[in-house]
Amino acid sequence: MRILKWTLLLTAAVLLWGLIYWNLAAFGGWFTYSLLKMQQGGHLSSAVEFFVFETPKVLMLLVLIVFGIGIIRSFFTPEKTRKILSGKSETVGNILAALLGVVTPFCSCSAVPLFVGFVTAGVPIGVTFSFLISAPMINEIALVMLFGMFGWRVAGLYMGVGLLIAIVAGWILGRLHMEKHIEPWVFQAKMGDGAQENAMNWEDRIRYGLNAVRDIVSKVWIYVILGIAVGAGIHGYVPQDFMASFMGKGAWWSVPAAVLLGVPMYSNAAGIIPVVKALLEKGAALGTVLAFMMAVIGLSLPEAIILRNILKPKLVFTFFGIVAVGIVIIGYLFNILL
Amino acid sequence: MKKIQILGTGCPKCKALTQNAETAAKELGLEYTLEKVTDIKEIMKFGVMMTPALVVDGQVKTAGKLLNIQEIKEMLKL
Repeated sequence: MRILKWTLLLTAAVLLWGLIYWNLAAFGGWFTYSLLKMQQGGHLSSAVEFFVFETPKVLMLLVLIVFGIGIIRSFFTPEKTRKILSGKSETVGNILAALLGVVTPFCSCSAVPLFVGFVTAGVPIGVTFSFLISAPMINEIALVMLFGMFGWRVAGLYMGVGLLIAIVAGWILGRLHMEKHIEPWVFQAKMGDGAQENAMNWEDRIRYGLNAVRDIVSKVWIYVILGIAVGAGIHGYVPQDFMASFMGKGAWWSVPAAVLLGVPMYSNAAGIIPVVKALLEKGAALGTVLAFMMAVIGLSLPEAIILRNILKPKLVFTFFGIVAVGIVIIGYLFNILL
Repeated sequence: MKKIQILGTGCPKCKALTQNAETAAKELGLEYTLEKVTDIKEIMKFGVMMTPALVVDGQVKTAGKLLNIQEIKEMLKL
């Protein structure tokens, strides 16, 4: 009976969601031009329409995605991931680690215990790095928001490129044999048994998903709205092709500049993507924008500071350096190929 | 006497978990001690890979989750 109740509730929720979602564009137009009686084609009206349409759209996508990913994540734990990765040879391990980084629950505040946990269980350093790069960089929120705003091609590119960087950078870091740049206590750490998790049933998984929605949406909604407001401003006021001069394909220095600019910025994916959409509309090149976005999401100063607890400065720099170079190369590649 | 330990390096979730644990223990009327373990080396000895973690009488109950008061009560009753 409980299963039936949950199934009915979920189906009703999804139907209602779909009904609202597919009428948002019409609502945005109606709100701007009929209710506020604004002139079509003006700066302010196109900014307002963008904002009124995108805000509910992005928030609704966010709720749906976070819930879905929450359900998927309820099947994975760091303990399971570690078990899969320990004892794998390096190259295969790098690939698996990058893939598992996408679906294993992760928060950058847990980067240190996770690192130590992996290393003491015999997961090679390079493989551990592959996981640590892919987990924050291939962000589920970014992935599905890209899908919602640009379609599956850009979302797929983002994911493929993120995996590639995680695999290759992890593999290189493994080859560099930088064990001596890890604080010695990490290798002496004796791990206890960890948490013994009880098996979850479907009701638990749904609750897990709902908790994820509450947690994440309550944290990021403000960034989403700010991001969309900035995006709306760019959309309405910045002239067409304005970005082309300094973020277009012609400006060779724009890719490294975008990465340098992105590292100290610490925003979440939900806030950065509306800005990205507006930049692209105004003629910025996809590779440059993608590089900027990956640097913002994947490389953050707070994470570097946390990692400093277990890695000596040289390794922290090498780690960030390799990933940053990877992002720059990818940015150029996209600009040349597309 | 229950020995409650909260493992975490001081993230907002760790603080919230500590508060919830305190409230739960008080509402149950337990005799307890509560300790915050913030040193990463000490945390690793428990084998957790996600923080915050809740430890009762030396046993890791959960890791990486912010439990509500009701959930903590269940774990303290056992």
